[in-house]
Amino acid sequence: MLYREAGQFKTSYEADQAVFPIRQDRWVIAVVLIVALAAVPLVIEDYWTNAVMLPFLVYALAALGLNILVGYCGQISLGTGGFMAVGAFAAFKLTTMFPGMNLIAVLLLSGLVTAGVGVVFGLPSLRIKGFYLAVATLAAQFFLVWLFNKVEWFYNYNATGQITMPPREIFGFLVTGPAAKPAVKYLFALSFVIVFAVVAKNLVRGRIGRMWMSIRDMDIAAELIGVRPLHSKLSAFAVSSFYIGVAGGLLFTVWLGAAEVTEAFGIDKSFLVLFMVIIGGLGSVLGSFLGAGFLVLMPILLKNFMVGGLGISPVVAKHVEITTMGVLIILFLIVEPHGLARLWQITKEKLRLWPFPY
Amino acid sequence: MGDFTFFLETTISGLMTGVMYSLVALGFVLIFKASGIFNFAQGVMCLFAALTLVGLMEKFGLPAWLAIIATIGVMIVLAWLIERFVLQYMVSQSPIILFMATIGLAYVLEGVGDLMWGSDVKLLDIGLPQGASDWMLDNFNIYVEKLELVAGVVAAAMVAVLAVFFQKTRIGRALRAVADDHQAALSVGISLRTIWVIVWSVAGIVALVTGIMWGSKSGVQFSLSLIALKALPVLILGGFTSIPGAIVGGLIIGVGEKWAEIYVGSLVGGAIENWFAYVLALMFLLVRPQGLFGEKIIERV
Amino acid sequence: MTEHSKKIGDPLLKVDNISLGFGGVQALSNISFEIREHEILAIIGPNGAGKTSMLNVINGFYHPQQGTITFRGEVRRAMRPYIAARQGIARTFQNVALFKGMSTLDNIMTGRNLRMQSNFFWQILHYGPARREEIEHRRRVEEIIDFLEIQAIRRVPVGKLPYGLQKRVELARALAMEPELLLLDEPMAGMNVEEKEDMSRFILDVNEQFGTTIALIEHDMGVVMDISDRVVVLDYGRKLADGTPDEVRGNQGVIDAYLGVPHE
Ligand SMILES: Nc1ncnc2c1ncn2[C@@H]1O[C@H](COP(=O)(O)OP(=O)(O)O)[C@@H](O)[C@H]1O
Ligand SMILES: [Mg+2]
Repeated sequence: MLYREAGQFKTSYEADQAVFPIRQDRWVIAVVLIVALAAVPLVIEDYWTNAVMLPFLVYALAALGLNILVGYCGQISLGTGGFMAVGAFAAFKLTTMFPGMNLIAVLLLSGLVTAGVGVVFGLPSLRIKGFYLAVATLAAQFFLVWLFNKVEWFYNYNATGQITMPPREIFGFLVTGPAAKPAVKYLFALSFVIVFAVVAKNLVRGRIGRMWMSIRDMDIAAELIGVRPLHSKLSAFAVSSFYIGVAGGLLFTVWLGAAEVTEAFGIDKSFLVLFMVIIGGLGSVLGSFLGAGFLVLMPILLKNFMVGGLGISPVVAKHVEITTMGVLIILFLIVEPHGLARLWQITKEKLRLWPFPY
Repeated sequence: MGDFTFFLETTISGLMTGVMYSLVALGFVLIFKASGIFNFAQGVMCLFAALTLVGLMEKFGLPAWLAIIATIGVMIVLAWLIERFVLQYMVSQSPIILFMATIGLAYVLEGVGDLMWGSDVKLLDIGLPQGASDWMLDNFNIYVEKLELVAGVVAAAMVAVLAVFFQKTRIGRALRAVADDHQAALSVGISLRTIWVIVWSVAGIVALVTGIMWGSKSGVQFSLSLIALKALPVLILGGFTSIPGAIVGGLIIGVGEKWAEIYVGSLVGGAIENWFAYVLALMFLLVRPQGLFGEKIIERV
Repeated sequence: MTEHSKKIGDPLLKVDNISLGFGGVQALSNISFEIREHEILAIIGPNGAGKTSMLNVINGFYHPQQGTITFRGEVRRAMRPYIAARQGIARTFQNVALFKGMSTLDNIMTGRNLRMQSNFFWQILHYGPARREEIEHRRRVEEIIDFLEIQAIRRVPVGKLPYGLQKRVELARALAMEPELLLLDEPMAGMNVEEKEDMSRFILDVNEQFGTTIALIEHDMGVVMDISDRVVVLDYGRKLADGTPDEVRGNQGVIDAYLGVPHE
């Protein structure tokens, strides 16, 4: 009976409304946090940072943002890649225009810029719904990528069209550039993700979260109980884009250090993040993390297994990888359309009864 | 006068591209109408069909006509496989899950196509006429590719055949019934599963036709699957469920895009064809939210 | 019924000459009536008579081609539904319109959203005013939950509830808005006798304890005669009669057009 609620009486509405009302959940989260903050930085090296941890953190943040829009507010978006690009290019312009600006401020401002852009591209959501909206958000994807390609000002008239992050320090530690230490980069990104995960959780469990969900579940009824559709949808677009923008900023500044827009922020990124949200679990903060972890690790494992384990040539392995990813995704959607978060929920229910399975 | 000729040539060329978009959009509409699935794999299906066709001709030396028939067979088998291994298990899922599944399907088709036939650019030559049409040059002094004329004619024929299929045949009527009401379809005596196989087969054949036309023009390669992305605005414009919408929408987008490319694109540095169609479709929606042929719906509670 | 009529006051909402059409269908023609403070008004009529459309007009969900609505002395032609909500008009629906993905508790809490003030900043922190507010409104919601006797299903996603309970949760959500005017569209449709009795009792209690003015659509004539102070009869978009249950029952036009023919 690992997960036992019995004996944990909730004596007030306050306790009842806590983020983790069950004690065991609080323990799990505490252990995860200690490991992530204290243990991982001690052992982490270059490969793990750049191939696993940073991608995971960046995509978890992006997935969190997209989940707010799709999972909580019910508006499908395929523009994630484009919005990440806004974050990245905003971060680049801000760092190069104001070399003295603190990196944290740069990233937060990039998020704000992206939020603004997100609101503009969210405007059609007032008139169109569902897949019509999804297709409309592709406009954002293609337009933004085109913009950052064509307008040289965005990449400071660089001949290659690529943007490169100069070295920046936070509290005397180098966070960006080739000389930055893996553990520092990791901790920097991790702090962002922790703070924003808490913020997301706070938002979705309060008035604003209910407002979004009411629009998602039944927009007409929501409006008749006083929810303003315009306000709700645009606020979801804004918050979601803010997250995605910061994720794009982190991707460029801390993880890759350099980016070329068509390569780094193409439509495949939009799909990747959407998959993370769906496989993780729509409308679940935890799910965003699980989905990101799953889709970051899966290709690495597949590739290592095929190239390293079976000795398949990398080109063929690439095709097999794509095929396998496709098969896995379909399989997953058939078996558990509610995502990994639901699986975790079910496991917890089982553990609650364990070892007496009745 | 030269300006006008140029304008005409642009328009015709736009129409021809538009026909292509119409075909792809038609593939989307067929499946969406019959099963409510937004089939993102439609573009990759074009690529897959074209790859299969080229592969059969190159590797097995089949003559074009035989290869086309064989590819039709492959597309039907594919439809059956998709129903058997994917759709069957997803009947009651929400639309977004089905949509994501078709993206998964797109990955699979892309991977399998490349694994089987290689990912290098291939020429597709089934003997369609190439070069400029002398007849158009002589009579109207306009430069038009023969291939584009053929594509236009084939697409028109395709649409006509589909129209007859949907209006006149028993299966076609069942398909239309299923779009409105699943029970009605059952009363026609065809199971839902069969209908899905048929619809996906038809969409597969439409994909093959698109693949042949586009592949003959620009070779068969991954980018072929991207025309699906360019055909999507057609769906906002014409509606996800309207066949006439897909056709007219495709033409509007094709022409609008060409005009924009030439008269606007040059002002802003070019290459706007990737997003212009979307903006066009969105602007249109602002004026007419119900799309081209949709009726104004007032929601109820 | 007499005990209600005692407290019935001035008109709270006046419907004047409302006409509404959809293409060829004239859903409402020249409808006028009033809803008085603290009363229970029943709107009856055969299917397709325009009852739901009438509520939709009052709500601001449909915009009439002609006529005006006066609410608390304020005249209006058209309005947005959320503004009606802000002014104190709440509503339940003929086909339950709950937020399927949310729990009973969250559904009802959403009914309190309009009354929650704390800004985005505090929401982000879920601290200070945001938290106090959440707890305070939770307390109010728990009162409603107790009142409607749905304690046991607090945490259940509403999609999983049986129909009768869904209707009750929908009423709870509307009550959470503490409305001045409550519109109920067939609150007892599809219920068995026992459930109908419960629901009738809740409606009467709401009216008596909170003084809420109620306009409801109902097909069960027994229920209508029992609980309503006045009745408005619609047929094919026209108003046939308007008066106390007894008056309406005696109206020959109503007997011919409506009560005489079988209805759903
Ligand atoms: N949104 C709408 N679009 C078209 N017709 C409608 C709409 N809403 C209602 N109607 C029509 O108006 C008439 C009255 O409908 P309604 O108000 O729902 O009747 P009731 O609730 O009395 O059964 C019906 O003929 C119905 O078809
Ligand atoms: Mg009705």
